[in-house]
Amino acid sequence: MSEATMSPFDNATAGVGVTAVATGAGAAPRFYLTREHHPENGTLFGFWLYLMSDCLVFACLFAAYAVLGRSYAGGPTGGELFDLPLVAVNTSLLLLSSITYGFAMLEMQRGRLRATLLWLGVTGLLGAGFIGIELTEFAHLIHEGAGPHRSAFLSSFFTLVGTHGLHVTFGIVWLITLMTQSAKHGLIPENRRRLMCLSMFWHFLDVVWIGVFTVVYLMGVLP
Amino acid sequence: MGSGASVNAFFGITTMIISIPTGAKIFNWLFTMYRGRIRFEVPMLWTIGFMITFVIGGMTGVLLAVPPADFALHNSLFLVAHFHNVIIGGVLFGMMAGITYWFPKAFGYKLDPFWGKCSFWFWLTGFWFAFMPLYVLGLMGVTRRLSHFDDPSLRIWFLIAAFGAVLIFLGIISFLIQLFVSFRKRESLRDTTGDPWDGRTLEWSTSSPPPAYNFAFTPVVHDNDTWADMKKNGYVRPQGGFIPIHMPKNTGAGFVLAALSAVMGFALIWHMWLLACAAFAALLISVIVHTFNYKRDFHIPAEEVLRVEGIRTRMLVSHV
Repeated sequence: MSEATMSPFDNATAGVGVTAVATGAGAAPRFYLTREHHPENGTLFGFWLYLMSDCLVFACLFAAYAVLGRSYAGGPTGGELFDLPLVAVNTSLLLLSSITYGFAMLEMQRGRLRATLLWLGVTGLLGAGFIGIELTEFAHLIHEGAGPHRSAFLSSFFTLVGTHGLHVTFGIVWLITLMTQSAKHGLIPENRRRLMCLSMFWHFLDVVWIGVFTVVYLMGVLP
Repeated sequence: MGSGASVNAFFGITTMIISIPTGAKIFNWLFTMYRGRIRFEVPMLWTIGFMITFVIGGMTGVLLAVPPADFALHNSLFLVAHFHNVIIGGVLFGMMAGITYWFPKAFGYKLDPFWGKCSFWFWLTGFWFAFMPLYVLGLMGVTRRLSHFDDPSLRIWFLIAAFGAVLIFLGIISFLIQLFVSFRKRESLRDTTGDPWDGRTLEWSTSSPPPAYNFAFTPVVHDNDTWADMKKNGYVRPQGGFIPIHMPKNTGAGFVLAALSAVMGFALIWHMWLLACAAFAALLISVIVHTFNYKRDFHIPAEEVLRVEGIRTRMLVSHV
């Protein structure tokens, strides 16, 4: 696993010293490697690319909200609808879940399976709490007649916040899957790699939520 | 278009901006060919046809980017001529160049050049006959999607365009004949070297078609055109000392997911909510089930590599 620390880009330099010299010509350049060569970090790099493409999705939704967020169509405004203390609780749940995921990763590095699973479980519960509060908030808004059909502001609000919520929901499904797999096979390299991907995903959602909290809720209650 | 001033300005500016990277690409290709030894084989014919046609189409695109001009030309045959100019010149001719160029690598035999040249010349001339009159008609104010027209003075332009369409039809027929003839003559068109064009990039260092593992040893890249570099600097094909090659296993997961996505898309379009939910659940479950499969790789044994490379050695020797 010594190659695991290699970046996917040093293909050219990685094999120097163990490459074959073309038959018969002592000074000829090395044209090929004579040993197995597997850069292992390709998945993480690919996952970064995925996250950046997901970032574009959120950028579009943020842009839509920025344009439409004040088009109330005579309906309720953010200031009238948002329950900031509740959102603050929600935000702290998600931020805490990022910390607990970090603890899980620390335990994973130490190779402690039980502790890793424990922190992952706490992370999942915090995430579920976040989703629960968000769904309560959505149900309350729709009940008050402030559903996504009411105004452009509410359409863009539900799309942006709902997309984030869906991401967290699938993150939880993924988390449960990885907990099952880690319990079954232990912290083998495949599972470590998967947990690292989910870690990036989870922190990414946290960062996006900070944007949502600021742009939608805090700025939304300003007059 | 007839949109507001800001929308027109936005689309005008963005359309003009597109022409900058496109122009840069044209210069890339021109300078790649500049002072090179150009052989007018079929892929190169398609490439040059593509570059010239695409430049003209791009320039009429810049004309359309000017909002007042676009206001007059929107939905006219000028627009139709423009986008066919870039799609046929830019996509189709380029694709034909690529198909002709890489066909031997994929199938092991070259395409018949005679019918390839027929197809190219019919397509190129047919394209110009078919679409240049549409520019004229568009400037004369003819809109698109007309089922008939009343002004007899337009007739000649439509006739010229129809003649061009016949030439394009002959180009399509020639391509189909080319595929058929090449298949019939595949033994005489066989690519035994793996490098039928004296190519410059790594794919031409393998046999045609390439073995499942592509390269017996992972190549080390020193230069842009690695295969040309290898040929120039005395590369000798390795014939022994092979090691097992690590490979990913085949999996049907991609196909299953695509099929379920298609079902879900269909259900969503036709508002079949129950089916959409079922397909989505199946999609999610298939993804998760697939992740429980940890046995995803295997090794091609060294003996197998030796056997496949031996076949290639014998083929190379017997056709020197």
